[in-house]
Amino acid sequence: MTASLASGAKLSRGGSHAAESPGVGARPASFAPSTSLIELDHVGRTFGSGKEKVRAVDNVSLTISEGDILCLVGESGCGKTTTGRIAAGLLKPTEGRVLFQGSDIWSMDRKEFKRYRRAVQIIHQDPYASLNPAHTVYKVLSAPLLRHNLVGNYAEARLKCMELLEIVDLTPPGDFLDKYPHQLSGGQRQRVSVARALTVNPSFIVADEAVSMIDVSIRASLLSMLSRLREQFGVTFLFITHDLALAKHFAWEHTIAVMYVGSIVEIAPTPELIDHPLHPYTQALLAAIPEADPRLTRSKPRVALRSMDVPSLLNLPSGCRFHPRCPQFIEGLCDQEAPELVSVGNGRYVACYRVSQV
Amino acid sequence: MQQSIAFHHRTGIDRIKDFLRGIGIFLRLIASNRVGLLGFIMVLFFVGLSFIGPHLVPLDTKTKVSEIYVPPSWEHPLGTDHQGRDVWSQIVHGGKDILYVAFLTGLISTFIGVFFGSLSAIIGGSFDSLMSGLADVWLTIPRFPLLAVLAGFIRLDSLSLLALILGVLGWAGLFRAVRAQVFSLKERDYVEAARALDLGLGHIIFSEILPNMMSYIAINFTFAMTSAIYAQTSLVFLGLVPISTSNWGVMISLAWTRGAIFFKDSIYYIMSPIMAIALLQLALVWTGRSLEAVFNPRLRAGA
Amino acid sequence: MSKREQSLLSWTEGPEADVPLSVRDLWVEYQAQRGAVKAVRGASFDLYKGESLSLTGESGSGKTTLALSLIRLLPKSAHIRGGQIIYRRDGREYDVLTLEEGDLRQFRWKECAMVFQSALNAFNPVLKIWDQMYDTVKAHDYTDREKVRKQALELLELVQLESERVIDSYPHELSGGMRQRVLLAMSLLLNPQVIILDEPTTALDILTQRTIIELLKELKKKLGFSMIFISHDLSLAAELADRVATMYAGRIVEIGNVYDVFYHPRHPYTLGLIKAVPTVTGGFQELVSIPGSPPDLIDLPPGCAFHPRCPYADERCKQEEAELTAVTRGHLVACFHWERVQNDLGQEWQLRDQ
Repeated sequence: MTASLASGAKLSRGGSHAAESPGVGARPASFAPSTSLIELDHVGRTFGSGKEKVRAVDNVSLTISEGDILCLVGESGCGKTTTGRIAAGLLKPTEGRVLFQGSDIWSMDRKEFKRYRRAVQIIHQDPYASLNPAHTVYKVLSAPLLRHNLVGNYAEARLKCMELLEIVDLTPPGDFLDKYPHQLSGGQRQRVSVARALTVNPSFIVADEAVSMIDVSIRASLLSMLSRLREQFGVTFLFITHDLALAKHFAWEHTIAVMYVGSIVEIAPTPELIDHPLHPYTQALLAAIPEADPRLTRSKPRVALRSMDVPSLLNLPSGCRFHPRCPQFIEGLCDQEAPELVSVGNGRYVACYRVSQV
Repeated sequence: MQQSIAFHHRTGIDRIKDFLRGIGIFLRLIASNRVGLLGFIMVLFFVGLSFIGPHLVPLDTKTKVSEIYVPPSWEHPLGTDHQGRDVWSQIVHGGKDILYVAFLTGLISTFIGVFFGSLSAIIGGSFDSLMSGLADVWLTIPRFPLLAVLAGFIRLDSLSLLALILGVLGWAGLFRAVRAQVFSLKERDYVEAARALDLGLGHIIFSEILPNMMSYIAINFTFAMTSAIYAQTSLVFLGLVPISTSNWGVMISLAWTRGAIFFKDSIYYIMSPIMAIALLQLALVWTGRSLEAVFNPRLRAGA
Repeated sequence: MSKREQSLLSWTEGPEADVPLSVRDLWVEYQAQRGAVKAVRGASFDLYKGESLSLTGESGSGKTTLALSLIRLLPKSAHIRGGQIIYRRDGREYDVLTLEEGDLRQFRWKECAMVFQSALNAFNPVLKIWDQMYDTVKAHDYTDREKVRKQALELLELVQLESERVIDSYPHELSGGMRQRVLLAMSLLLNPQVIILDEPTTALDILTQRTIIELLKELKKKLGFSMIFISHDLSLAAELADRVATMYAGRIVEIGNVYDVFYHPRHPYTLGLIKAVPTVTGGFQELVSIPGSPPDLIDLPPGCAFHPRCPYADERCKQEEAELTAVTRGHLVACFHWERVQNDLGQEWQLRDQ
């Protein structure tokens, strides 16, 4: 493969070491290291108005360095998809800034924004909705190539499309070029979506539940293809999923951020998050997930919650969002003001009074 | 990559072959729905009748007092009118205007409706509010009285002018329907992907959204045609349009004023144009049933 | 009864009365434009008394069709082409597929109830929960309102809901987890012997899933019903099932005790599935995909439906489809090469077995 897909990026290692390393962090932009590719600075997003106001994302700050993987994990409705779309510049936040290589994307001039637009791509969850049913694979892939003059003529476009199909393991590529989406399986469609994202040589890809609707038996090969993209082309990933097991597998040497009802509650290097979760929500989550191993799952200690009510986005709990269910609730503290995400060393951040008090 | 690609340039022959294949697919899909196929054949029949027929069947303009209201016979399949003229030849010559106006009106109102509907849905904001408000008001205007009033000011003697007016009057319904469709389509993941790829507004409208609305537009087009046919026929019947050439509407009008409904033998004179119009409308509506299949990409690729 | 049916039954843990439900060679097809979709192709299994059986499989495996067939709730486009569904209670037995309208209605809900996914459209949005519960029961000639109300309140308490509040609520006033529990309570109204659950935890958030899982375990212990649940989620099976049946392309390819199936899988597909699903805790494992994709159910490959993707496939597999045969007591596999799978696993699976 000739040209590197990233805009001249070096691969940097993941975040599983000391706090000084350029890892993931919740710091204001001025302290962000120079290799930060995408940064969300106190980003918030509200939908609707009046009585129907929904605070989907609240005060989220994240930094993703070049070549890294950040997994955003949370249950459905926690705001991770909204956060992903904000990071991809497809949705404007109501508060906060989105920085690409240090610059606020919503204050960029046209030329700069165009450059950003092409550097950041998204892969959607639903393989049945991510491709236009009226377009062949060739049309899907050649449209951006032709529009942005990345190829000289139709012959070159066809060649490039075949190259892309090979990268995403759709071989022989000639078989797929003239197919319509409904003639492809779910896994194949997702691969075409990835190929489409690759047409513009992005340096950052937001994968929003990219394998959640794919059969389990095929997921691993899709994930390894995505990992390969990172290794070969230095593509940075924001991997959004509700499945912690998947996050663990995809980002084993990288970082996971856990979201709950619109806020980030914990960020940590993956092995540490799995083995020593600090936030009570993360602990409850890990204890609650069933495992594909009977003895393991039946002997897992459970975390009892104070309440079974799931918070509604229309009527958020005061203070810390998790306090009504939290087994470590401190009355008078947790229900008053939401805790900030603070560093607890080793590249770990937690938003919990219990943890930060210790 | 060592793969050899058999990539040949598209020659003229290839294009013709593609075109023929396209027609083949079109015919297969029209035939997929029996009612639609019937409607399509009927439409073809009327088109043939109205545009080719006049060259084969001369218009009978001679007054023959001895043959007033002759019942149907070999010589006069649909009988004769109040002046002894053959009704069948009048039917053959009478469809051209109707079809022409219907088609042109359909084209105009569809074009305006689709253009503004998509634009409005995509741009949103105050432009959308303005256009929607305008459309709402437009829809409440009683079309017929307005047409009647207009007829008093403008000489509606040109068919194209009539089509233009009817087309402009009828844009609002399609505007709202298209706007709703585009609203829903623009939220699709593949449209968002097109945005992320910076493919441009033009591409999004014409390449991503429109192809997925084609069946919707086509069906609405047929309805625009049927409504145009009603409108112009009614106008002609009420004598608001000074069109003197023989057409079905004029036939109905003349037959009515001559009291053709009162005689047993003259029924054919008034019923023929009415049936012609009714059958044409039916044909258009029925064709719509197959149009959905024609524009469905799943069926076109023949999975 | 055929020799094979006998051999299947001889592996039951006790006398026949302990097998409330037996399915033999069920064939179900859907009529589609392109041809017949063979959704279920000769599926057979037994459900033992008081156990929970998981029908596990991916999309196109036929698990939902199979479950719907059990209470004959298939859509009009589906045809049951053959097989038997034998239901036993108090020494009597009959084939569900031969039941007439009236008897079928009695069978449904009273003998065998189904719990659908907790989506809002499982409910009538304009009726209160109480009305829906009473309607369900009225169709079975239980018209004593007082008695039914008392029973309903008890069941709602049993599923850990505030019975008084919930019984007079509308479906949209309840959360997903609460609705799932109401559906559970509704299924228990007539005290059925068998309960079928369709993806009971999908669409629920993880913490709520946990409560439903624990609740199901508890209810099964308390009330003693037998349970079949459909799931594409292997971890749910590992958590909740006593026995697991894996399905592929309309057939049951492996069935056995949950520990046997997870730690000593004998069918290449089951093995592939387990290797493809990661665990969260317990270190980092390599994930392996099964190459290829699920077959076209209208145009299946000859012989074993899995052979195009199977590392053990040989000429015989391309022509013949294996029947379920016993590997050990209670553990059945439909594969000619199960011994090779066993040998290959040998060492590797020891680690996981600890």
